[in-house]
Amino acid sequence: MSRLALETRHVSKQFPDGTYALQNIEWGVQEGETMALIGESGSGKTTLLRLLNRLTEPTTGTVFIQGKSAGSQDPIQLRRRLGYVPQDGGLFPHWTIRQNVCLVPQLLGWAPKRQLEQVNTLLPLVNLDPAKIAQRYPIELSGGQRQRVAVARALAADPSIVLLDEPFGALDPLTRYDLQDQFLSLKTRLQKTMVLVTHDMSEAFRLGDRITILKEGHIHQVGTPQEVLHSPATAYVHSLIQHYQAQGG
Amino acid sequence: MNTRRGSQITGGIWKGSMVGLLVLLCSVSLPAWASDTIVVGSKNFMESRLLAEMFAQLIEARTELTVKRRLGLAGTQVCFEALKTGGIDLYPEYTGTGLVTILGEPPMNEPTAVLNRVRAQFLEKWNIWWIAPLGFDNSYALALRRDRAQALGLRTISDLSRIAPTLKAGFGYEFIKRPDGLPGLQQTYGLQFKEVVGMQQTLKYQATANGDVDLLDAYTTDGRLSVYDFLVLEDDRQFFPPYDATALVRGETLEQHPELAAVLSLLTNALTPERMRIWNLRVQEQGQPVTRVAREMLQELHLLPHSKPPSTLNQHRDTQSLFAYMWNMRATLTFRTVEHLGLAGLGLLLGIALALPVGLMLERWRKGAEPMIRIIGMSQTIPSIALLAFMIPLFGVGTFPAIMALWIYSLFPILRNTYSGLRDAAPTVVETGRALGMTEWQILRSVRLPLAAPTIMAGIRTSAIWTIGTATLAAFIGAGGLGVPIVAGLQLADVNLILSGALPATILALAVDALLGWIEHVIKPRGLDPVR
Repeated sequence: MSRLALETRHVSKQFPDGTYALQNIEWGVQEGETMALIGESGSGKTTLLRLLNRLTEPTTGTVFIQGKSAGSQDPIQLRRRLGYVPQDGGLFPHWTIRQNVCLVPQLLGWAPKRQLEQVNTLLPLVNLDPAKIAQRYPIELSGGQRQRVAVARALAADPSIVLLDEPFGALDPLTRYDLQDQFLSLKTRLQKTMVLVTHDMSEAFRLGDRITILKEGHIHQVGTPQEVLHSPATAYVHSLIQHYQAQGG
Repeated sequence: MNTRRGSQITGGIWKGSMVGLLVLLCSVSLPAWASDTIVVGSKNFMESRLLAEMFAQLIEARTELTVKRRLGLAGTQVCFEALKTGGIDLYPEYTGTGLVTILGEPPMNEPTAVLNRVRAQFLEKWNIWWIAPLGFDNSYALALRRDRAQALGLRTISDLSRIAPTLKAGFGYEFIKRPDGLPGLQQTYGLQFKEVVGMQQTLKYQATANGDVDLLDAYTTDGRLSVYDFLVLEDDRQFFPPYDATALVRGETLEQHPELAAVLSLLTNALTPERMRIWNLRVQEQGQPVTRVAREMLQELHLLPHSKPPSTLNQHRDTQSLFAYMWNMRATLTFRTVEHLGLAGLGLLLGIALALPVGLMLERWRKGAEPMIRIIGMSQTIPSIALLAFMIPLFGVGTFPAIMALWIYSLFPILRNTYSGLRDAAPTVVETGRALGMTEWQILRSVRLPLAAPTIMAGIRTSAIWTIGTATLAAFIGAGGLGVPIVAGLQLADVNLILSGALPATILALAVDALLGWIEHVIKPRGLDPVR
């Protein structure tokens, strides 16, 4: 069995009103794989993602990052080691693209020359031309371009784990398809551990090495796309697959 | 680099505020009332100004002392507080006002008894001296048009009480409230009017002359009584206490400068009600400058040598256009504008110096934010003139209390905008910064603050306009500024004089807003504005 890059043991998250966002989650992501987290709104998928970089703390249980308990680590240092791509890019509107990409390297105190080299390496990786784009502001870019900058920023300090929170959710279908393609090629080249939250079944099937299906704070199934497609574990997963196939996926 | 630019700007604001604070501290520590300087105050009506100016010129002519004038302070309370706290050294006061308004005692009829009473009480309570009764009694009186009085068969206030329920009265605001004014009058004579309208001094004469109101309250030495041919109703039950005009002086000042008592005593019984009415008239109706009338009074009393008045003082106000008038007054107006800018500017800078850090603090401590902002917001509901008056017991009169009041006024818009601007700054961007490992401090400095900068500047602009507007009221507590011509102009019903203060104040507000707008444009982070 390969080593787990991310793992949760007996993790529950309870809201102040007593309801559970997540209940007794036993879950793991292997080194180098891309795990898609899929579920409806309120299923707990985003909460699970936020537990990994300590934007949320579990009520009970422990989260392990590369074998070490997350709770025992300084959250600031931990987050700088984890790449993060939010849904709408989350670029700083008052910073240039170069400044945005260099955020984490700058926080880590890299020399300016090394930061610049990193920008010139990363932007072409997401199919952007540094000469054209590095000095511009986010507002001057298209939504797809901004999202690619957000990916470049997440990769800037070369993290071994990248968390993506519905990264392509806000884009139009064509751009989304295009970016998914680029993501696939990037993924094979970089071999990083990735967790990708999505509510789009086809995206989960396209991008995920494995898929975790969540509903109302419980995991219904974890498996490869083939496993999920051919042997759905619960009635809920079965209905999801049927719905997906009915839509022509 | 933009982050650095953001922090440089906040640094700039800080530096500016610190300089402002330093200037303020320096100006406070300066001996505003050095021991060889006498500060003469007056209330905000003409006779009070005239008498004060007369005191001032006499002291200047007959002693080595330097005289500073703080004329036109807002009412008895403000004047007396200023005297008690040493903001002024003397001002003209009336014995009846001392007895009833200041001591809160019931009115008495006998002039000597009143003088003795106030002398004893003021000396004991505050070491304040009533010296040199000037020789005339400026009592309250009720008056109406002579033809109306004859038609109605009115001669005394008792006559009036019979038909009062059919009449409409135009009374001054102070008269309506004072125990020796309307309330006492109602008790003594059982007066009940159909309607009582609160009116400003100058207006009620015109209103009575036009027949808009039937009668008014007047000072017996008011020259306008003879101009409008009004009949003064006889106070047949002797309700109105005697109001002998006197100089009210601080005991400490008299100890330091015994010559002051000797010089002021030259005026004892020197004036008569008839002469007073004529002099008042020259200021009120003929628009002659107070300084000139005061000088001629002293010359008539042979207390000043005769000399030809400088010709510039002869100009009559009605013959000039506004701009010619303002051009002639340009030196004074420039000075007043600078003074005004100083008041408003210091108030605003102090406001920024406090509200900005508090806003930053509240963003970190949100539980306290709403209550705190609400408390500061309450300061806005205090009427500005009242807030200025509250400052007097604490800080005396003049520039310092005015700046304190303006400071309090300037806080709210800056605090509100700083806090909500920081709190609401692009939540998803803030969250991303956090997720990528920025500390809360780094988020505040590099994300929240630059993104909130336009909102914060908008608060500062609002505050600047308010402060410049409110600073015109600072004249009421002797702080100078463009309110001085406005307040004086209101008393004289002199439109040119009012506008010569109001116009520069408006231009100042617009200019400052434009300047701050430009600063807002400059500090607005690039990337927020697609036009650039």
